[in-house]
Amino acid sequence: MSNKIGNGTIIFDNPIYIISYASVGSKKEGDGPLAGYIDFICDDTTFGEKTWEKSESRIQKHAVEKSLLKADISVRDIDFIIAGDLLNQCIGSTYGSKDMDIPFIGLYGACSTMAESLAIGSVFLTNDSFENICCVTSSHFCSAERQFRFPLEYGGQRTPTSQWTVTGGGSVILSNNPKDIEEGIVIKAIKIGKIKDLGIKDANNMGAAMAPSAAYTIKEYLDDTLTKPSDYDLILTGDLGEVGSGLLKKLLERENIDISKNHNDCGLMVYDLDKQDVNAGGSGCGCSAITLTSYILKKMEEGVYKNILFVGTGALLSTTSIQQGDTIPGISHLIHISKSNIVV
Amino acid sequence: MNLTNKEYEELNKKASKPTKHFGTLTGAFLIGGGICSLGELLAHVYMNYGMVMKDAYMLVSITLIFISSLLTGLKLYDSIAKYAGAGSLVPITGFANAIVSPALEYKSEGYIMGIGGKMFTIAGPVIVYGISVSVLYGLILFIFQSI
Repeated sequence: MSNKIGNGTIIFDNPIYIISYASVGSKKEGDGPLAGYIDFICDDTTFGEKTWEKSESRIQKHAVEKSLLKADISVRDIDFIIAGDLLNQCIGSTYGSKDMDIPFIGLYGACSTMAESLAIGSVFLTNDSFENICCVTSSHFCSAERQFRFPLEYGGQRTPTSQWTVTGGGSVILSNNPKDIEEGIVIKAIKIGKIKDLGIKDANNMGAAMAPSAAYTIKEYLDDTLTKPSDYDLILTGDLGEVGSGLLKKLLERENIDISKNHNDCGLMVYDLDKQDVNAGGSGCGCSAITLTSYILKKMEEGVYKNILFVGTGALLSTTSIQQGDTIPGISHLIHISKSNIVV
Repeated sequence: MNLTNKEYEELNKKASKPTKHFGTLTGAFLIGGGICSLGELLAHVYMNYGMVMKDAYMLVSITLIFISSLLTGLKLYDSIAKYAGAGSLVPITGFANAIVSPALEYKSEGYIMGIGGKMFTIAGPVIVYGISVSVLYGLILFIFQSI
């Protein structure tokens, strides 16, 4: 069972367990700070496929297979898969999951999709008819560039506020049955975010477009749960990058909420901003997915982090809306993840 | 969270790093100037081999387009453009890159809808408005000459 409180926060009576997770990245991610934590790094960005879209599907497939292997379960044990990516009509997810022959839900939440899939998966698991749900998201620099921007070989310059789409993904297996694990990572609560738009129109500054929604989601969650930032080891935003992270802190400061001591951002963690020529940081559905399923959950397992807020952030733009001169709405979903002792 | 769009735009301006113009302008000047100097050098070489000026400059354009297309195909042009900016965009080499890069990129969508349909997605507007303006210019010239 679960309870809705305040502004749409959902608290789970029985926590939802993260029984397995896996991450996949490519060369640039392998050259970054998370290299030692990523489960599978393929230096060939094509992942052996003929098109970039198929490469992205391959990333999802690898991530799911790896997470199933780590959980020591088969695809038949999964009730359904919730997958998402950035491509039109979510084809990265469709072709990634189609051969698995299990029920499928395709999601679009831009770069917030990892958090969105975890939120939806968790709510499904409050129903005892289900046992295991797989949440997977991905992005690919090359497929995103050709869809949202320019051909890869086009000679253009990137602005300092732009972010680099991560080539990678992550898969998490959620369960309401902890089996024989004694200590586990659990989802205690979620908050589905509201769309916020403060008039940013620059598609090369998505951090600024997403920061207001992240600020609202964090503030409302803290209000709903009567907690403060210091109650958490880490407040991890999706991919606000350098610009968005700075703006988020400023927006929350106006509300007398100080997250400067324990905030970090997946877009800042996935690459080395000084050495890897990514301007304001990483982005894409794969950005928060790979950071969560490599470094963050591993550090939670080790006990470095015990209580975190994972806030996936997405810029809900399309090439059409940008060309028509529309502003960029942002969305942020929050997942409260904790390390708990499980009484079996 | 009471914040108007205007107030947020102010915050955003402070938070967003501007382009470092000294570096980008220098790059554009050096590489753009280099491309033009190469064109001039080629023209002199061609004329040295007995070509008349009009033909030599025509051949310079063809040579620069060839070099740019080759560098695009070898995945080098975008690396140069990263530093050159408008220096590699404005000369004819930039136009060649704008046509060759989508042709390479959209090959996966087939020869008709991919290469054929998308080859001019970037260069198309330049052609449309370039021709439109030249027609307008021709009309103005015609009117002035008739007076």
